[in-house]
Amino acid sequence: MLRLRNVKCFYGRIQAISGVSLSVRQGEIIALIGANGAGKSTLLQTVSGLLSGWEGEIEFEKVSLAGLKPPEIVQRGISLVPEGRMLFPPMSVLDNLKLGAYIRYRRKEREQVEKDLEEIQDLFPVLRERFRQAAGTLSGGEQQMLAIGRALMARPRLLLLDEPAMGLAPFMVQLIMETLQKLKEDGMTILLVEQNARAALQIADRGYVLENGRIVLDGPAHELLADEEVKRAYLGKDYREFTDGRM
Amino acid sequence: MLKRLIFIAVIVLTGQVVSNPYYLQVLTFIGINTLLALGLNMVMGYAGQISLGHAAFYGLGAYTSSLLTIHLNWSPWLALPFTLVFVGLIAFIVALPMLRLSGYYLGMGTLAFGMIVFFIFLQWRSLTGGDSGLIGIPGLTLGPISFEFGAPPFYLVWSAVFLSFVVCERLIDSRIGRALRSLHDSEKASAAMGINTSRLKVQVFVFGGVMAALAGFLYAHLITFISPQTFDFLMSVKIVTMVVIGGMASVWGSLLGAALLTLLPEWLHVFADYEMIIYGLTLVVIMIFLPQGLTRGLLDSYEHFRSRSKNLPKSHES
Repeated sequence: MLRLRNVKCFYGRIQAISGVSLSVRQGEIIALIGANGAGKSTLLQTVSGLLSGWEGEIEFEKVSLAGLKPPEIVQRGISLVPEGRMLFPPMSVLDNLKLGAYIRYRRKEREQVEKDLEEIQDLFPVLRERFRQAAGTLSGGEQQMLAIGRALMARPRLLLLDEPAMGLAPFMVQLIMETLQKLKEDGMTILLVEQNARAALQIADRGYVLENGRIVLDGPAHELLADEEVKRAYLGKDYREFTDGRM
Repeated sequence: MLKRLIFIAVIVLTGQVVSNPYYLQVLTFIGINTLLALGLNMVMGYAGQISLGHAAFYGLGAYTSSLLTIHLNWSPWLALPFTLVFVGLIAFIVALPMLRLSGYYLGMGTLAFGMIVFFIFLQWRSLTGGDSGLIGIPGLTLGPISFEFGAPPFYLVWSAVFLSFVVCERLIDSRIGRALRSLHDSEKASAAMGINTSRLKVQVFVFGGVMAALAGFLYAHLITFISPQTFDFLMSVKIVTMVVIGGMASVWGSLLGAALLTLLPEWLHVFADYEMIIYGLTLVVIMIFLPQGLTRGLLDSYEHFRSRSKNLPKSHES
């Protein structure tokens, strides 16, 4: 469904991603894990069109995404749940959700949008109680749910999530991960970027480990969970830092 | 709907009750300034794009229409659509490069644009009359009604204000309005929603510019005289002040802000030499005590008052 081939990303002259290839198949949950600064968010922002400085090939449903701006990419069916949720805090929960469906109002899908609003509330019952409340007044977990709900309102076929577990209590993390599984059962394809590798790999089909802008490891999620290398990356420490100069 | 009917009723009543020509003129000016503040509020209050050159569009509207009617003998009503389109076009051309900037840089850019336009009014003497301005601008007439004195200009301007209110409120409640507010919060997040942020910014800038041009048109043909000083940098700052004092992202705030900033100098005349000091102090005090502007501030104190009177017994227990 999504295929990246030798993708390199740049911030000005600084290269953040040096040749990443990965693929996401229809109906899969793919976990992309790695430490701080490995380039996970960069990669997601590139796919969603927020970063334009990249080389290589990105194909979604066999069509290249080169040169497309975020609105066009959302139109094609890819939605991003950004890092740190990036809600619109002074606006109500309802308005946030409606903004998620922005592109669909143009396509005259008003009635369908209303139905989807209901569906999102069924998925996250807490949001129903907070409908008129400003998004900024929600708790961290509720905000994350809203961010996911907002992305779903665009009716994506591929959902990109950037660290949805960040800063959440373990109970909340579990709830979010269960929701993602539920979405998968309903046919959603998910690319999940997480530092909380354990939580991510537990629900994922396959995983990729990103380190310093490169994929260093990939494979079925359960194999990665058992892998020593992954345990190291999961801790967020690079052991060369400890061994350099001593070996 | 009720709100709108009340608004119309207040306009009609005011026009009937007030007969003093001075008061009517002040009220007319409040109307023109409301148009300016409302246009800028869409750009600044809602979309979060600061503009320190809004008076340029006000001036461009006034000068374009005046020149068309004086030199080409056009009827003002014919000049109106042309003026709006022309100023809209200029706003579009300016917005394309300008709105790539943000924050302070956008402020500087729009400030420079305002100054350039002001100096064109001032220096292009053969066309604009330079310092001495343009005289003999034809007034507005509609059949037997002349909009030169008394109540007619008041009604005309406030009809325009009413229509703009309706348009702006509808716009704000639509998906476009939500998109504008999202732009204010985070451009990146709104891009991730699939909003074409750069196009939206240009659109709202043009919208604000056209509203200012409408205000300029009304000003020119009601006063029948214009000069560059009306559209200088201080006017731009004044419009920004109206928006901030009245309340950002509030349609009614534009009205309150415009009213206060038009009335305050009139009220303060009695203080003679101390006028400007008290004027400044008033604004500072408002900003200290109602930093969200008059609308939000008044609403908040109302809600605060209501919840206090409700919860009073409870808070005693705790």
